[in-house]
Amino acid sequence: MTTALFVVLAVTAVVAGALVFRVDSMARATFLLLLSFLAVAGLVLMTGLQYLGVVIVLMMVIEMVVMAVFMIMYMMNPAGLMPMSMFHNTRGAAVIAATTFVALAGGALLVDWPVRGGAPAPDLTMALGQSLMSGQMLTMMTLGVTLFATIVGTVVLAAGRGRYDRLGDELDAPESDDRDRGGVGR
Amino acid sequence: MSVALPLGWSVLLPVLLLAVAWAAVAADAVVAGRAAGRPVPWTVAAALPGREALRLLVGQRRRAVAGDELLRGVGGAVLPIAALLAAVVVPLGLRPVADLGAGIVWFNAMEVFAWAAVWLVGWGANSTLSLIGGYRFVAQGLAWELPHMFALITAAVGAQSLRVTDVVAAQQDLWFVVIMPVAFVAFLLSVAAMAFWGPFGAPLDRDIAGGAAAELGGVDRLVFMTGRWLLLVAAAAMAVPLFLGGGHGPWLPAWAWVLVKTLAVLAALVALRHRIPTIRMERWTEFSLVVLTPATIAQALVVTLVGLGEGGLS
Repeated sequence: MTTALFVVLAVTAVVAGALVFRVDSMARATFLLLLSFLAVAGLVLMTGLQYLGVVIVLMMVIEMVVMAVFMIMYMMNPAGLMPMSMFHNTRGAAVIAATTFVALAGGALLVDWPVRGGAPAPDLTMALGQSLMSGQMLTMMTLGVTLFATIVGTVVLAAGRGRYDRLGDELDAPESDDRDRGGVGR
Repeated sequence: MSVALPLGWSVLLPVLLLAVAWAAVAADAVVAGRAAGRPVPWTVAAALPGREALRLLVGQRRRAVAGDELLRGVGGAVLPIAALLAAVVVPLGLRPVADLGAGIVWFNAMEVFAWAAVWLVGWGANSTLSLIGGYRFVAQGLAWELPHMFALITAAVGAQSLRVTDVVAAQQDLWFVVIMPVAFVAFLLSVAAMAFWGPFGAPLDRDIAGGAAAELGGVDRLVFMTGRWLLLVAAAAMAVPLFLGGGHGPWLPAWAWVLVKTLAVLAALVALRHRIPTIRMERWTEFSLVVLTPATIAQALVVTLVGLGEGGLS
């Protein structure tokens, strides 16, 4: 039963991931990628990491929907109206893919896997949280601040209008000049 | 320690949700009739969901030229399934169908499938107005998801557990709505928003001829609309264990309290629906990001500090 489930999820993850490059619609490509990620989330759940598995589902659904918006906005063949190919640099990509596969598969088969020592924590979610909030605190803080700085920087670069456009060079305009009126503080 | 209900309940759960959704649709019809000045008798309203379902069942399905039928079908089917899967962690009484250790995260993960569902339905119809509806939902979703997540986190922090039954157990003496009212209001708003319903109905609004559902006819429409109501019911039912004490209460058995409280939440939502106009996405986004998100973060902080003050992690 467990083996069958593993095989189904693993095959789904790989096949859906490969199909991403075969379909001729950005929407289908995005949601096939989502299907692939959901299968991976299933595999994570199978290892007993309930919280991480469910969080992968949560993150990936939101991410893929947002990504679909951007994919369709920026990439070729927005609505399946023109022939489209997802392949670029096929020869280089084939070499990289084959090398990676051989290295990973070889590693998995050849490495002398250690025998498990100790038992898993009774509550894996609690153990994960304690690890993140104590031993890995510095990592998480660095990650968090970096991501936050990236978001702020991206928004600053992307925003067409800022507070000086709204409230004048001295920020002292009696009323803000907004495209859409009637929001907060107006 | 698992207190899940026997497996047979997973068959009964959709029936229960449908029954409550039926009642909500009927009540909505009554309130809408009164608001429009053409009162609908109770008897007519009670039969309305069934009549409408039969009408859609025998109705013609609609296919747009060169639409992506596969994606549209997937999107339509995902909506009711997501609602049912989200509801498995809601205790029907004191025991849920599935007592997951990360139950709150599970609820969140299932309910965001609505994002994918509405967008796919909007996209698959190959119609401009449908697609606008789909995009509207995503825009709205980006705004309500953050306060919604902070509201969920606040309840989890209050109980110091992600398990929904633990959250209920923590409210034996005091309902969380008393100590985290901001989170409750944010959650209530996001209940209506995730079902793109009432003031958050812009994705399906009349100004875009029905939006994401514009090209849905027959059984496709039935499945999509049922999914939307199921999602509303499931999310409203989740407010009960998170903020309203779950099955705790005097005199009545636990399951009756859950039912009464769920119906009360739905009644409040239905009553509010006809008093608040549809909110434009950009206004809602601004309010959500400028007011609601900081307010829910502050709420989570207060609850965390109180929890730490009372002795920290147990």
